[in-house]
Amino acid sequence: MTGAGRIASFARNAAAFAAAAAAGYLLEATGIVNPYWIQIFQLACIMSISALGLNLIYGFTGLFSLGHAAFYGIGAYTAACVMKSAGGESQAVFLVSLAAGTAGAAAVALLVGLPVLRLTSDYLGIATLGFGIIMKVLFDNADSFLPMAGGARGMTGIAKMTNAAWCVASLWIVAVAVRNLVRSGFGRALVSIREDEIAAESVGIDTFLYKLAGFVAGCGLAGMAGGLYAHLYTFLHPGNFDFFKSVDVLVIVVLGGLGNISGTLVASFGWIFLLEVLRVVLPSEFIEFRWVLIPVLLIVTMLLRPQGLFGFREFRFFRDGTEG
Amino acid sequence: MEYFLQQFLNGLQTGFVYALIALGYTMVYGIVRLINFAHGDVFMVGAFLGLYAIEKFGLPLPAVFLLAVFGCALVAVAMERVAYRPLREAPRIASLITAIGMSLFLEYFTSLRQVFGPNYYSFPRPFPVTSWEAGGVSLTNIQVIIFAVTLCCLAILQFVVFRTRMGKAMRAVSYDHVTAGLMGVNVNMVISFTFGLGAALAGVGGVLYGIAYPQINTFMGVMPGLKAFTAAVLGGIGSIPGAVLGALIMGQSETLTAAYLSSTYRDGIAFVILIAVLLLRPTGILGVRRTEKV
Repeated sequence: MTGAGRIASFARNAAAFAAAAAAGYLLEATGIVNPYWIQIFQLACIMSISALGLNLIYGFTGLFSLGHAAFYGIGAYTAACVMKSAGGESQAVFLVSLAAGTAGAAAVALLVGLPVLRLTSDYLGIATLGFGIIMKVLFDNADSFLPMAGGARGMTGIAKMTNAAWCVASLWIVAVAVRNLVRSGFGRALVSIREDEIAAESVGIDTFLYKLAGFVAGCGLAGMAGGLYAHLYTFLHPGNFDFFKSVDVLVIVVLGGLGNISGTLVASFGWIFLLEVLRVVLPSEFIEFRWVLIPVLLIVTMLLRPQGLFGFREFRFFRDGTEG
Repeated sequence: MEYFLQQFLNGLQTGFVYALIALGYTMVYGIVRLINFAHGDVFMVGAFLGLYAIEKFGLPLPAVFLLAVFGCALVAVAMERVAYRPLREAPRIASLITAIGMSLFLEYFTSLRQVFGPNYYSFPRPFPVTSWEAGGVSLTNIQVIIFAVTLCCLAILQFVVFRTRMGKAMRAVSYDHVTAGLMGVNVNMVISFTFGLGAALAGVGGVLYGIAYPQINTFMGVMPGLKAFTAAVLGGIGSIPGAVLGALIMGQSETLTAAYLSSTYRDGIAFVILIAVLLLRPTGILGVRRTEKV
């Protein structure tokens, strides 16, 4: 792309970003839509950010991680603690707390990744699963070393800062960043590791370094999503960051299609809204059938489309021009 | 010292129950490379079948075990047929997701009021509990039954895998699907049999768990399932002695942590050990490293 083209593209993105944030702000401020559904919409945006992180790790780099919720939780607790320690409730502090949540999750990912990423395939999955359970135990006992975090009773009194505009804007930035990242030379290296690690190594890619970088970046996104989550619901409970939350994100990424940005976005929104729509649609005497229907839908979808709903097709915005 | 021995015995009890579940994970993984997330829920079904057999039908203990064994084997074979077999040639992650789906389905379907119901149920003790004291350490007849039944199951399993035609076929399929098929092994049947055999052991485990820890509910399979799978990985997945060894380590670390440190850290320490072991031996304690083809 030429220099002028780059600037034009950047300007287009900036304009679209501003428009999206404004739309999010209007959505909430005008009150046309029921606040309950706006909250679900915000949760879907947050889920998308976290799922894009896991897609970077698993979908693009091929690292099987079953502990994504742990990093989501680290981000949530870090951001909440920063916000609480600062005292005030300004937007600037919120931005700092989000950055701290992202950085906190990324830093832990670096420490964990250094030893653990030497493992391959399912062994890596089990090690990350174990890390997730260890983190859950630490969240449960957090009050014994950090009274603010509340431990097993949960952390309360977090300022409500996340709104639709923050969610939409964050998701926009993350989606564009992930798109640009996977199109770059760095992203190509990640994909080459996913396709064949030994071949990637033999063409001179430092596979360990790239795997570590991909893992840290993906976990950082989980941390950012966690920060938004903490300031949306203003209450954190260790149960929100257990093994099932990791599975949730994994299901979204696989349903959408591994290494597919459009698929992850559609699957996140589809999954979150499906859960809520079933709650509304099912007659009250059948409400407990909700979690019977969902796994059946999940199994049927996988049987019909094992490659994910989107496979390799991307929305035009996320396409990189080299594929048909 | 007595306290330690007592806790060690309790840990052995937990470890043996985990071992029965872990064997199913390790055999299924060994043969189709699938983490069968629904296996812990098959264990739950076994416990509920045991509850029904004792409370509703009043069956004697051996018949209780038989019902759990056949009921669980049936569930697992049906599951394999519906959710895993159609995806055998698909990317591995697709069957992992259907396994997660199956797990959720079993948990929530059985917790419907029309099936088992969502409450906690107390598991009836089919015999009075007695205990023997020796040097300050007490051994209950429940523990004796758990040890005896588990060792029996291990012996039967060892016989099936190493002394029967089916066992030979299982080993052949686990080594190489395609070649085993070409040699006249009915691969689909062998895989179904492996699922059934693993589930039968989990069924026995479910009944034993109910007898030992007499509170059951439809979500009880999640944590033991995860721990048993971890035990299988810890010992070296695909290896039968490895699964037992891993399960015993998991059982001890959990019980001793609860006894000496704090029960709130119980679920964490076992996984710290797992990660430490994997870093030193990336394929588990008794695992064999497969060389990767380029």
